[in-house]
Amino acid sequence: MENKVGRILPDDLMAKMNLKPYESDEIGHPEVQRVAPKVRVTAGENKVVSSLEEVIKNNLKDGMTISFHHHFRNGDFAFNQVMDKIIELGYHDLTLAPSSLTGVMNDKVIEAIKKGVITNITSSGMRGSLGDFVSHGGLKNPVIFRSHGNRARSIEEGEIKIDIAFLGVPVSDPAGNANGQDGDAVFGSLGYALMDAKYADKVVLLTDNIVDYPNTPASIQQDQVDYVVKVDKIGDPDKIGSGATRFTKDPKELLIAQTVNKVIVNSPYFKQGFSFQTGSGGAALAVTRYLRQSMLDAGITASFALGGITKPTTDLLAEGLVKKVMDVQDFDKGAALSMAQNKDQQEIDASWYADPHNKGAVVNNLDVAILSALQIDTDFNVNVMTGSDGVIRGAIGGHQDAAKAKMTIITAPLVRGRNATIVPAVETVVTPGSSIDVVVTERGIAINPKRQDLLDAFSHVPGLKILPIAELQKLAEKQVGKPKKLEYTDRTVALIQYRDGTIIDTIKQVKD
Amino acid sequence: MEVKTTGVAGTLESSDIQITISKNASGIVIDLESEVKKAYGDQIESVIKDTLTKYGLANCKVKAVDKGALDCVIKARTLAAAQRATETSDKPDLEVL
Repeated sequence: MENKVGRILPDDLMAKMNLKPYESDEIGHPEVQRVAPKVRVTAGENKVVSSLEEVIKNNLKDGMTISFHHHFRNGDFAFNQVMDKIIELGYHDLTLAPSSLTGVMNDKVIEAIKKGVITNITSSGMRGSLGDFVSHGGLKNPVIFRSHGNRARSIEEGEIKIDIAFLGVPVSDPAGNANGQDGDAVFGSLGYALMDAKYADKVVLLTDNIVDYPNTPASIQQDQVDYVVKVDKIGDPDKIGSGATRFTKDPKELLIAQTVNKVIVNSPYFKQGFSFQTGSGGAALAVTRYLRQSMLDAGITASFALGGITKPTTDLLAEGLVKKVMDVQDFDKGAALSMAQNKDQQEIDASWYADPHNKGAVVNNLDVAILSALQIDTDFNVNVMTGSDGVIRGAIGGHQDAAKAKMTIITAPLVRGRNATIVPAVETVVTPGSSIDVVVTERGIAINPKRQDLLDAFSHVPGLKILPIAELQKLAEKQVGKPKKLEYTDRTVALIQYRDGTIIDTIKQVKD
Repeated sequence: MEVKTTGVAGTLESSDIQITISKNASGIVIDLESEVKKAYGDQIESVIKDTLTKYGLANCKVKAVDKGALDCVIKARTLAAAQRATETSDKPDLEVL
């Protein structure tokens, strides 16, 4: 069958997994039924245990679903400790349902797949050796990729039923009151893990830092927690801030950032009390700096900044240019430390942040989203999941969710090395073109034709070169040439869900 | 024209290509390493081959390590490596470009 973004979906798999094709980015007003976790009642005594092995043996069974969060990013010591034990104990057929998978987890996941310990995965994304392994057919069942908002929805509606959540925290008390703001390995917001704490049948905290009861602020609460496992070390503070976050000196990215700033300032949304979300891409980070100056010049302040938060954003909060930070995760140490110091940096869970099936998520209140892309096509569809070689190397993150902002800006250089970024058709559709309003490259900007209002607003702005997106695509092709079409096998290695759980695209095994 | 010594041109920087030309008994043999080999491998090899042929080099071994170079870069690096390999750098044939 073909879905509404023109992607052919495998009928047999769709029927077998009871999946529906993507229709529209409008969510509407469906009535949904949420699920609730099973609770083993205790008065809370003896939660602290030193043997991770005992906890696993007494609770985990073959075929169960286990979850983790990725707030420690590449400084995570929780995942590998738990998986080592699970592999050692010889479990089979587990479903792995983390909020996302970071590079430090890759080799352990591959080992677990090869030994039959893990047979199903759902995640926001994967990169490096694991993405390569899956793209080459290493996992029998297709991976299901979900955005952060969609993961929250899927957990609430029981599509992801977590049997045991293993959640690393830098601090907890003996009863399980925990947060991400104190201890050696602080990462700030526990936003994604809060879903697991609320909905998993068993919640196992792992920490190297048990403090006196009661520990506040309690992001995860004692009434949700079954065990507190004491480990030697839960994370490497120096590596939590690494990964996607970097500060650019690249003149091309700076030009893109300046242009984005120009787009925002000249849009109808740039007024007292506006709101914005920037991703963690190089250009997106630099935008924050330019936006700061524009806000000072215009004498306006933002009501809130949303999303994955970085230090440039918390600096704006400290300066009073942003009134509130709605914080689902922190990309660097500066942002993480700021959460403990500034009450206006509000921790939000993934449902509050971006869930399409609740009574209104923060993304629905968002004016401007600045997001990055691996590829954008002439229908404005965005790929943040597969490289130009067709191999999995990305994550949906909050891309589909934040793209519901009133103005969604995609930033990307026209080409990266020899790969065109603006292409006739993306390898993988992750965010539908209908959600995208403006594409900013160093050679010019393209505006989605459905946004005549923005076209009118920007057409008189000096220095903003507006081109049809097909023109940008041709410029890119002229530079790098026409690539040979990639070859895939018929086998589906991953499914890309849209926010509402419908299938927007699939990823096939690459041919080598 | 004949290969007299091993000629190298280019770096392993992003968007560059390193071309190493050495002796070969007959024909042009290209060993290409590239991150974009699937999409552009054929194109890269044909640019190298065309440039060498135009320069009059029919027999040589080419080791190409590509880091996403554009065609103009590939031509320039191939030509430079060919001049160094044939020891003709003092009288460059710019017409080939």
